[in-house]
Amino acid sequence: MLRLEVIYWLLGAFLVFAAALNLRERRFAAAGFWAILACPFLFGDAITAALAAGSRWPAQAMGVGVLALGVLAPFISALVHGRENQKAAGLGRTSGVTSALVLDRESQKAAILGRTFKRELASSDSLARRFGNRLFGPALLIPLVTLLLALGGPHLHWNDAALLDAKQATLVALGVACVIAFAAALRVTRAGVGVGLGEGRRLLDAMGWAALLPMLLATLGSVFAATGVGDAIAALVGDVIPVDSALACLLAFALGMVVFTTIMGNAFAAFPVMMAGIGLPLLVQRHGAAPAVLGSLGMLTGYCGTLLTPMAANFNIVPVALLELRDQYAVIRAQWPTALVLLAVNVLLMMLLVWR
Amino acid sequence: MNYWPLLGVAVVVAGFALKRNPVLVVTIAGVVSALAAHMGIGDLLVLLGRSFIDNRALLLLAMTLPVVGLLERFGLRERAREWIAGFRNLTLTRFLVAYLGLRQLLSMLGLFDLAGHAQTVRPLVAPMSEAAASRTAGELDEDERERVAALAAATDNVGRFFGEDVFLAFGAVLLIQGFYAQHGIALDPLSIALWALPTAIAAFVIHALRIAAFERRLQRKARDMRQAKERADAAA
Repeated sequence: MLRLEVIYWLLGAFLVFAAALNLRERRFAAAGFWAILACPFLFGDAITAALAAGSRWPAQAMGVGVLALGVLAPFISALVHGRENQKAAGLGRTSGVTSALVLDRESQKAAILGRTFKRELASSDSLARRFGNRLFGPALLIPLVTLLLALGGPHLHWNDAALLDAKQATLVALGVACVIAFAAALRVTRAGVGVGLGEGRRLLDAMGWAALLPMLLATLGSVFAATGVGDAIAALVGDVIPVDSALACLLAFALGMVVFTTIMGNAFAAFPVMMAGIGLPLLVQRHGAAPAVLGSLGMLTGYCGTLLTPMAANFNIVPVALLELRDQYAVIRAQWPTALVLLAVNVLLMMLLVWR
Repeated sequence: MNYWPLLGVAVVVAGFALKRNPVLVVTIAGVVSALAAHMGIGDLLVLLGRSFIDNRALLLLAMTLPVVGLLERFGLRERAREWIAGFRNLTLTRFLVAYLGLRQLLSMLGLFDLAGHAQTVRPLVAPMSEAAASRTAGELDEDERERVAALAAATDNVGRFFGEDVFLAFGAVLLIQGFYAQHGIALDPLSIALWALPTAIAAFVIHALRIAAFERRLQRKARDMRQAKERADAAA
């Protein structure tokens, strides 16, 4: 059976590769950063197993690693880095046309030389003309293979054993799809594996710490839950609102969902807290709101908050790094009006629908 | 009730407001919150390490980077731009609204990881949006180019968020159902998912109107600049 762990090992190996290239270029902060980040993927299951067996030091070492990532992050500033890469790409573009054959021969050297090899490459524009629409194939393979494996994977069997781990079929499918698409991309472009991984590492370096942020914020969510931050907020809100007014309770619930989601960056984290604090005791039990409507619209109200906050890093900060935009909040700026109008519509819908 | 762990929230808000490095801010916030809750260093390190490993699936998107990086080096973004520029009647509004609708429909079917910022926005949707915008509003300057790209990313977010809740087996629906079940209220997931439809429709309409308004502003600015230039030429 193909377990998710195998996909994690591949990802860990890619991170080690990125660390090694940075080490060779004497960019020690970035090298250390990617090397530490490789650990949960290479040793994650071993650490979890050790913890279950009562051995705490591996998990504690990982905890020290998390703190080290926090200290290293300011030294590998993501956006500045992205600018450098853009400049390098620009250099490549002005240097004129070299044949794709040269590129092939250069491939091994190029992966090692890292930064310097871009100057020797042909321009992307002329390559685009050469390869044409064939370039779309591997890019579209990622979603298509993911789709096929996610839907059909649970039915695939080999000697009575399931081929994919059914519990995590989508994630395994995504991993397998990336490997297949990578192979297809190498075939279409006739580039070497080293060049391909090197280009992946270029994007990873361009994203910098932004790549790590979603994982770290989810970790912070666990810490907040374990230290009682959610309970404290629910208690505060409960002290402030006039509980006899159904409308006041509803507005407090909606506003609480938005504010709490904005702080945590995740409506899932806000939902149990606001439901336990206001939704269930006050709205459902005291004022007779319909639970299904309240739950569904309450969660979506939290989603409006997700559009507003840098804490929802994988949606609002990661794309800024990926698209190499100068303004850290460019994506939030593009979507906040939608979020606020939709929030108003949502509150209206709740007022109309929960007490039908 | 111990309110001191809220200091961690204060650290987050202050750190983001002062534009400090988010990774550093989040790390400090976790430590502050744990210390305020009288958690020992040993327990804190275990908690950090364990939750970090539990949440590692969030970095799986990095698996797409070698594919996207390699295809881009060989001109994927330029090709995407050319392809869109070949359509005579395509505007930014038509392109992004179609993507918004498609993203919502796919999310409703549970296929929310089919598209995304790494998978589709950077290699395809952002360059295609730029090409569509420059078809109707002329050459974009760097500022406008970034705003078009940001709008493409925002459109992906809106489409994903307000489609996925209609999908039955999505975590949010199951979370809602699970919460009520814990408190003795039995609900059918379908009854929860269906109530996400009105918001999904509202999100589509609101964001589509905003995309159209954005493109009109781009066009007006381009026309004003053209007219100003013509007047200057005529005066000369």
